[in-house]
Amino acid sequence: METASASVDTGVTAWMLTSTALVLLMVPGLAMFYGGLVRTKNVLGTMMHAFAAMAIIGVLWVVCGYAMAFGSNVLGGWFGWNRDYVLLRGLDGTILESGIPEYVFAMFQGKFAIITPALIAGAFAERVLFRGFCVFIALWSLLVYNPLCHWVWAEDGFLFNLGAAGAIDFAGGTVVHISAGVTGLVGALYLGRRRGYPQSAMHPSNLVMTLIGAGLLWVGWFGFNAGSSVESGLSTARALTATQVAAAAGGLGWILIEAFRHGKATSLGMASGILAGLVAITPAAGVVRPGGAIVLGLVASAICYGAILLKGRLGFDDTLDVFGIHGLAGITGALLLTGFIRDSWLADASAAAGGSWTAWQQLGVQTIGVAATVAYTAVVSLILFIIVQKTVGLRVTDTGEMAGLDLALHGEHGYGLLNPN
Amino acid sequence: MKLIIAIIQPDKLDHVREALAQAEVHRLTVSRVAGHGDEVGEELYRGQKVFPDLLPKIRLEIACNDDFVDVCCNAIVESARHAGGISGDGVIFITPLEECIRISNAERGTMAIG
Repeated sequence: METASASVDTGVTAWMLTSTALVLLMVPGLAMFYGGLVRTKNVLGTMMHAFAAMAIIGVLWVVCGYAMAFGSNVLGGWFGWNRDYVLLRGLDGTILESGIPEYVFAMFQGKFAIITPALIAGAFAERVLFRGFCVFIALWSLLVYNPLCHWVWAEDGFLFNLGAAGAIDFAGGTVVHISAGVTGLVGALYLGRRRGYPQSAMHPSNLVMTLIGAGLLWVGWFGFNAGSSVESGLSTARALTATQVAAAAGGLGWILIEAFRHGKATSLGMASGILAGLVAITPAAGVVRPGGAIVLGLVASAICYGAILLKGRLGFDDTLDVFGIHGLAGITGALLLTGFIRDSWLADASAAAGGSWTAWQQLGVQTIGVAATVAYTAVVSLILFIIVQKTVGLRVTDTGEMAGLDLALHGEHGYGLLNPN
Repeated sequence: MKLIIAIIQPDKLDHVREALAQAEVHRLTVSRVAGHGDEVGEELYRGQKVFPDLLPKIRLEIACNDDFVDVCCNAIVESARHAGGISGDGVIFITPLEECIRISNAERGTMAIG
């Protein structure tokens, strides 16, 4: 994938630098989205999870994450390794064939590694110990994210090469959203419910902040999806268009459901629908056309809405619906995209298969990709949760939970406006 | 009828609400206030300890019939106290309550708060 003689394409490089910044913007966006949804006493503790991911994974990715994700297969393809990538030492003069300095690619990918553990935090928000979370995401990044990233996006990854043209995961439906959703679900079940859930009402501290966060996520997602084309041209435009359309359809779908069921559209419903649409289009943005993107957004909204009702029935406490939205919309997108693949992609895949390749065959490949991600993530996450709980601890004490994470773990208050001085 | 006004530490609000619910006291008003007794507060600001003079507190107001005053106050005292009791745990004021009217049905007196 790299040639020393390739020269820099300033157009592509400029867009990839922009995309890298846009994806980083999603992390504070996510912090605002999550922070607004928890109770007043936990707002800083919750936002700190996203910022902790920026700090911890921001270092870990450079130290060895990139080497594990984009090195060559080791241990039977479990993950990759390339000694030259440690501390990004070998990248200093490299220009990729796509015309961008490899530094840009490594930083762009590093943002995905950052946002994924930040997403998980929503599932067990309001009851997790900060130090336990920090240790967990470091281990999780090494043992879950980097291998998954390698399988799906490295040129010798097994999902990259499955079937005629690989499992389709354009920008991280499996690697980012399904893995975060499943890990969140395992964590929520392992840690147990928050004290008082579901009898006590737990009101969002600030839905205004949540809406701003949702807006930042939508904007940042253009970098996330359109940047994943790693060019600045036709495929970028296709991904950007699909992303825009699916987000709009997701938001519209959710408020229509609410309007029919309750006679009122809620702001949180709007934000949830937008997110469901964005997640669903993430794996699909490279292969579906706008019509398909609308269907994906609408269907993802309906499925996520149903999943949240079902959560209420089943009684588990996925605090901010990480599985309900990211997990399920990710799975919906990864599977449903096969119904809307553009003909030229299938023609290329058929040529690669040396004959014919149908959407149904691709559905088989997608199913394997999803199943492998769910199974691997669930098992390894559970082991990591147990290890962290037994060593540094993972669940905050009852007293700390009642007092709130902000004061108990950080010694601060999130909202100081009410103090007269 | 009495009006009980309790000033407690914010981190004990959930403890007190659970204790009051146990004691079957379900009607209360909560507000965020600031103030201080003779304690010294401590917070972190950019890693430095700072000592704010006006500290965040929670004010509870509970109107109850005379029989409930002891039950109610015991529940608050037991649940709002930090281990061993520390300066700043708060205070309870009890005053006579002249009249009480429930707005929804215009009931008055002990019926209205029972």
